[in-house]
Amino acid sequence: MIRFHYQGQGYYNIDLSTYEQAFLHNLYYAMLRIRRIEEEIERRYCEDEMKTPIHLVIGQEATSVGSCAALKTDDRIYATHRTHGNYLAKGGDLKAMISELYCRANGCVASRGGSMHLLDKKAGMDGSSAIVGGIIPIATGSALAAQLQSSDCITGVFFGDGATEEGALWESLNFAALKKLPVIYFCENNFYSVCSPLKNREPAGTRIDKKADAFGVNAEQVDATNVIKVYEATLRAILRINSGAGPAFLECIAYRWRGHSGAGDDSHTGYRDPKEVLHWETVCPVATFYNALIDQGLLHENQARRMEEMINAEIKEAFAYAINSPNPVYEDLNKFAYSD
Amino acid sequence: MPWSEAMIKSQTKLPASDPSKGRVLNYTAALNEALTLALELDPNIFVLGQGVDDSSGMFGVTKGLPDKFDSQRVFDTPLSEDGMMGVCVGAAMNGMRPVYLHNRPDFLLLTFNQLVNHASKMHWMDSGQTSVPMVVWAAIGRGWGSGSQHSQAIQSLLMPVPGLKIVMPSTPYDAKGLMLAAIADNNPVLIFEHRWLMKQQGEVPEGIYYVPIGKGVYRRRGDDVTVVGTSHILTLALEAVDGLGDQGITADVIDLRTLKPLDENIIFESLSKTGRLLVIDTGWQMSGVCAEIACLAAEKAFHSLKAPIRRIGLPDLPTPAGFTLEQFYYPNAKNISAVIQKMCQ
Ligand SMILES: Cc1ncc(C[n+]2csc(CCOP(=O)(O)OP(=O)(O)O)c2C)c(N)n1
Repeated sequence: MIRFHYQGQGYYNIDLSTYEQAFLHNLYYAMLRIRRIEEEIERRYCEDEMKTPIHLVIGQEATSVGSCAALKTDDRIYATHRTHGNYLAKGGDLKAMISELYCRANGCVASRGGSMHLLDKKAGMDGSSAIVGGIIPIATGSALAAQLQSSDCITGVFFGDGATEEGALWESLNFAALKKLPVIYFCENNFYSVCSPLKNREPAGTRIDKKADAFGVNAEQVDATNVIKVYEATLRAILRINSGAGPAFLECIAYRWRGHSGAGDDSHTGYRDPKEVLHWETVCPVATFYNALIDQGLLHENQARRMEEMINAEIKEAFAYAINSPNPVYEDLNKFAYSD
Repeated sequence: MPWSEAMIKSQTKLPASDPSKGRVLNYTAALNEALTLALELDPNIFVLGQGVDDSSGMFGVTKGLPDKFDSQRVFDTPLSEDGMMGVCVGAAMNGMRPVYLHNRPDFLLLTFNQLVNHASKMHWMDSGQTSVPMVVWAAIGRGWGSGSQHSQAIQSLLMPVPGLKIVMPSTPYDAKGLMLAAIADNNPVLIFEHRWLMKQQGEVPEGIYYVPIGKGVYRRRGDDVTVVGTSHILTLALEAVDGLGDQGITADVIDLRTLKPLDENIIFESLSKTGRLLVIDTGWQMSGVCAEIACLAAEKAFHSLKAPIRRIGLPDLPTPAGFTLEQFYYPNAKNISAVIQKMCQ
C-alpha cells in the first residue's frame, strides 16, 4: 500500500526559460553531484572503512539545492543528522567531508563528529546536531545575533518531520515570530522518522505548515522534488524577511529513498511498501529536472554527460584524498577542551 | 547485518557453553522475556518508546511484543521526550506502570525537567500520597561514530537526585531480573544498559524472578584489590583481573548492579580484606560514580585502606566520533590492568 502519494505537478506549466541557463545548469549540477556523491558513499560503505553512521539524502536533494541557491555564501545554515545534502549544497568542501566520514585528521571537524556533525564555516554551513530538534533553537539564536548586529545575514535551519514533535521547535517559532527574526525553517518532511510513519506520531490530517502558521510564522508547503519550487519559495521567504516581516517556515515534501541510516533501502523490514519507494522514484528530483531542461531545450545531453564526467572525477579525487589522509593522533584528543 | 552491529558482535566475548548451566539466552532476549512476562502479569503495565513497534524492536528488546499485546499497551511515540516523560509520570501517578524505552541516554537529557523536577520528588512532595511507579530504559552507545551525542553515559548526572533509582546490569540474568524488579518497584527506576553487552549470552531462568535493587555481587574473589563497577566496563575489569593471575595478583570484582541505592556493605566487606580500592565506571570520571564510591570508602572504610583509592572513568572531554580518537578516549582492559598492578606494587 502506498501511504504517501506524490501530490505535486512536476514541472508542468513552469517556464524554465525565464531563468538564465547557467543558473539552471548550476542547479542541475548541484543535485546530480549530491546524488553521485551519496551513491559513491553508499557503494563504499560496505567496505567498512567509513566507521560512522550515514543518513543518505537520495531523493531529497532538491531541498538543499533549491534553498541554498537562494541564500548567500555568508548566510548561515544549520542541520541535523541528515547533513550531507545541506553541507554540499551550501558549498561545503567535499574532501573535508569525505575525510570526516573516513575519520581522518583532516576531516571537516578532525574526526570528532563523523557524518552527523559536518560543518564548513567558510561556506556558511555552520553546524549540525545529532539530537533531533536540538539545532533549531541554536539556529534561532544565530538569527537573533544577526538581528542584534544589524547584519543582513539570514539563517536557514534544516530538520525532519520528526523534529516537529519536539517542543524546542515550537518554542523557537514563537520566539522568532515575536522578535521577527531573520530565519527560515526548512522542515524536510519525508513522512518517516526511522521506521515510524507520521500516522504513528501525529494525528491524521495534521498539516505541519498550518501549525507553523498558527505560531505567526509565515508558512508554505513546497513540492521538494522540484528544485525550482524550493528556490522560489526560499526567495519569497528571503524577501519577506528583508521587508521586516520576520521568519518563514517551508515544509519541503520529498521522499527518503534509502533506509533511515546506512546503505540501501530497508523497505523489506515492513515499515513501508517497496511500491511507495518506486512511486517516489518516478518523481526523482534529479531526473524530473533533467527531463524538464531537455524538453524545454535548455540543456544538451552532451552538456549533461560532461557534468557527469566532472563529478565523477571530483568524487574519485576526494575519496582518494580521504583514504590516503592520516588518522588523528593521541594529542589531538585533548585539543579544544575549552576555548582560549 | 549492519556494520555497526557486526562491530558490537566482534566486541563480545561469548563464554564457552556449559550444558550444566541451564537455559542460555542472549541479553536482548532476556530483556524481551522480562517485558513479555510483565505485560502478561499486570494489565496496568505498558511499554512505549520511539520505534518499540518496528521490526528491529529497540535492538530486539521489544521484538514480537506488538504481535502479542494490544497496541494500547505497546506503542510508538512522537519525538517528544520531555512531554512523553511527563505523560508517563501522570499515568504512573494514576495507577499505570509505564516502561518508557529510549535508544540512548543522550535523549534523556531532554527529559530532565520531568525526571528531576517531577518524577523523582512527587511522592516526597505530596507526603507519600502518590507514587510514580515507572521504568525508564536507555542503552549507552559506543563506537561506529556514535560520537559526542550518541554515547553519553549520564548515570552520574542523575545519581545525586533524591527519589530516583538507577540500575546498570551487566549480564543477561541480571538484565531480566532487574527489569522485573524495576517494573515491580513503586518508584521511578532508570535502567542504563550498554550496547556492547547486548550480544552477550548467559544463563537465564524461565519465568518471573527478581534481582534485588540495591544489592551487588562478587564476580571474582581475590585478596589484593577490590574492583567495583557496573555494566560494560566490568567486563573489561574481569578481562584485566583474569590476566593478572600469572603475576600472583588476585582481586575481588564487585558488580554493583545498581548505583542507587548503592550496596555499600559489599564494598566495605571486601575492602576489609584487600585494603585497596579501584572504582571503574562507563561515564565521566570527574564528579562521577567513582568519586561518590571513593568518598564513601574514605568516609566509612578509611581504616581498611592500605593504599590510595584509584578510579577509572572517561576523560573530561566529549566523546570523539572517529575510531582512532575513540581508542584514546575509552579505557580498556590494559589500562585497568596497569592501574591494578601499580596499586599492588
Ligand atoms: C532527541 C532525539 N530523539 C531521538 C533521536 C533518534 N533519532 C535520530 S534520527 C531520528 C529520526 C528523525 O526523523 P526526522 O526528524 O523526520 O528526520 P529524518 O531522519 O527523516 O531526516 C531519530 C528518532 C535523536 N537523535 N534525538
